[in-house]
Amino acid sequence: MSKAAPAEAVERSRLDPEPIPRRDFLGLAATWSALATLAFAALGMLRLPKAAVLPSPSKKFRVSLPESLAPGEPFLAPGRPVVLVRDGLGVYAVSRVCTHLGCIVQPSPAGFDCPCHGSRFAPDGAVLKGPAPKPLQWLAVSSLGAGSYVVDEGAAVPPGTRVKA
Amino acid sequence: MTAPAPALRRFGDNLRAAPRRLRDSLFRSGRPVSDRTRASFVFGNVFLHLHPARVHRWSLRPTFTLGLGVMTLSTFLVALVTGILLMVYYKPSTALAYDSIKDLHFVVPTGRFIRNIHRWAANLMVVGVLLHMARAFYTGAYRAPRELNWVVGMLLLAITLGLSFTGYLLPWDQLAYWAVTIGANIAQSPREVTDALGITAWLDAGGLQKELLLGSDTVGEEALIRFYLLHVMVLPLALCTLLAVHFWRVRKDGGLVRPADAEARLGPAPQGTWPVFTEAPQKTYSLAALVKGKTAAVGRGPEGTVPAMPHLLLAESAALMLSVLLCVLLSVLADAPLKELANPAVPENPAKAPWYFLGLQELVAHSAFMGGIGIPTVVLVGLGLIPFLDRESEGTGLWFGGPGGGRLVALSAVYGLLAVVGIEAFAIHYGWIREWWPKAPQLLITLVNPGTVLTAAYAAWSVWLVRRHDSTRAGALGLFTCFAVGFLVLTVIGVHFRGPNWDFYWWPSQWPGH
Ligand code: HEM
Ligand code: FES
Repeated sequence: MSKAAPAEAVERSRLDPEPIPRRDFLGLAATWSALATLAFAALGMLRLPKAAVLPSPSKKFRVSLPESLAPGEPFLAPGRPVVLVRDGLGVYAVSRVCTHLGCIVQPSPAGFDCPCHGSRFAPDGAVLKGPAPKPLQWLAVSSLGAGSYVVDEGAAVPPGTRVKA
Repeated sequence: MTAPAPALRRFGDNLRAAPRRLRDSLFRSGRPVSDRTRASFVFGNVFLHLHPARVHRWSLRPTFTLGLGVMTLSTFLVALVTGILLMVYYKPSTALAYDSIKDLHFVVPTGRFIRNIHRWAANLMVVGVLLHMARAFYTGAYRAPRELNWVVGMLLLAITLGLSFTGYLLPWDQLAYWAVTIGANIAQSPREVTDALGITAWLDAGGLQKELLLGSDTVGEEALIRFYLLHVMVLPLALCTLLAVHFWRVRKDGGLVRPADAEARLGPAPQGTWPVFTEAPQKTYSLAALVKGKTAAVGRGPEGTVPAMPHLLLAESAALMLSVLLCVLLSVLADAPLKELANPAVPENPAKAPWYFLGLQELVAHSAFMGGIGIPTVVLVGLGLIPFLDRESEGTGLWFGGPGGGRLVALSAVYGLLAVVGIEAFAIHYGWIREWWPKAPQLLITLVNPGTVLTAAYAAWSVWLVRRHDSTRAGALGLFTCFAVGFLVLTVIGVHFRGPNWDFYWWPSQWPGH
């Protein structure tokens, strides 16, 4: 029996490829299921730090424009990085969060300047200079009447979108 | 009078002998006076046994290592001890953090001093790790069999920078808040590319990175807790673990790198060094033979080595004392900064990252993605590949060893300097694509900006060196030197020449008042 075994193995391998021996198969299966378990556990643990609900304060806020605000003059919403403008066509809001790395742009005679890496923006948010890759975002505004508005910092709208004053 | 019972007498004798026996059990091998006792002094002690019993004289020359690895370790230990002290009062919450640092600074006895030492130790650690890496590079210490230790070293560099950056947020002042806002948005900057390709909605790697880092979309309570956790737990533990690997590898790779003819170069040992092995006819080097590589003292006998105790231990203590002295001196001279309370509505102007990131900030001021992620990734991958690409042996263990040597390094430094100053001066004077052509596609600016042009110029120089000297090492020497000079110059520009709105000023005194 022990003599015949090698001969048989040679014979078989010539006829058809040697099947994966049972022992190897079990070993490989055990190794891979252990690795898969570890990978699965690691993924599961990584899931924890990714919050389901972002804990930042509400993106919507209410703001009143003063009667005296001249047409086209920027109004800085108090406590929010947003500027509101009333012109002949209506009211619109532009985010003051720089599209480069998130600093808050400050109003300047020519529009807005970013203090962090020198991006410059036109009053309508278009990039004039510097590293900012995109224009400042226009934000959704809705009117509550009597000069009061609700701005949603989380909702971008196409530039030029205004709400009736 | 009856004689005391024998058991009681033995008790008394033992009691009297207890201090001596305690000492003997602490210092088991007796006074380190002979070769043998000096060796067992080192390997009989859990803290010292990371050292070899004997070290080569080449490794002990102060001009070889400059003590930089040990000094980096020392500053880390200083930061560890002072950091634990700071944790006694520090409160990681946005409402309390700033006040607790203020208390530490103004009220807690020795609080300001400890805080200063912690800050300075952290800064010195960054300097130390960069210089130590340069030392390992220029002496060719990354070459086989030390490839793995070089890669471990790069992880240590990343963790060191991570420690500094996470610590930066904790005071919750204006400096902290805006530096970290910028840092988190750099993590988000792959969006610059995904946006330009219009695929952000499906694949937002940048957004995911930022969200994992901050736990929110702005820097707030969640971010502070995460940074605190990383700063006091995760990163120090990771650093300690990898340091153990790092030191163990130094031993396993046959000690520090040295040239094959180190003994001839050193000449006879000077008077007063402890003698090298006199005779050891029975000694077999079977253990040493287990250590792989050419530098193990296989078949050569340990000539040129001296006992680690006292020579190596004295040298290390000197480096430790020097680092502590530096930390304390600097802390007496300059206080750690503390600006106003963080204000999410008004950025600092100029808002500057910590100094070691200002070179990056200068690049980021051209393209967020390239400066913050693209170029650093290329540099890190390049550094990590060096030991696997340079398989030569000329000049191993010698400063600037390799084809071309010191002259090549000096030339590369000049080239690197001219290139970085030239490109920066051009961009500062003439602006860049967006100013000439406001409608330019963002992808063009991301690909072609002063940072990428500079990187390409350095790469071209390095390729030319490889061909000219027919050697990868020559190219690596040139490239590393160029990047080191570029990093230095960009850092100086960021620290000194950039004012409000990131405009160029010759002196901070010329900044417009605001
Ligand atoms: C926390 C940071 C680090 C610490 C505390 C540290 C510590 C040390 C120490 C004490 C040594 C012994 C030799 C010496 O003092 O120069 C050493 C050797 C070495 N280190 Fe580091 N290191 C750090 C980071 C790095 C980095 C960033 C690299 C490179 C990427 C690196 C690469 C090496 C190499 C290749 C050796 C062997 C040198 C030789 O054989 O001559 N290390 N390190
Ligand atoms: S954040 Fe505005 S230019 Fe960088």
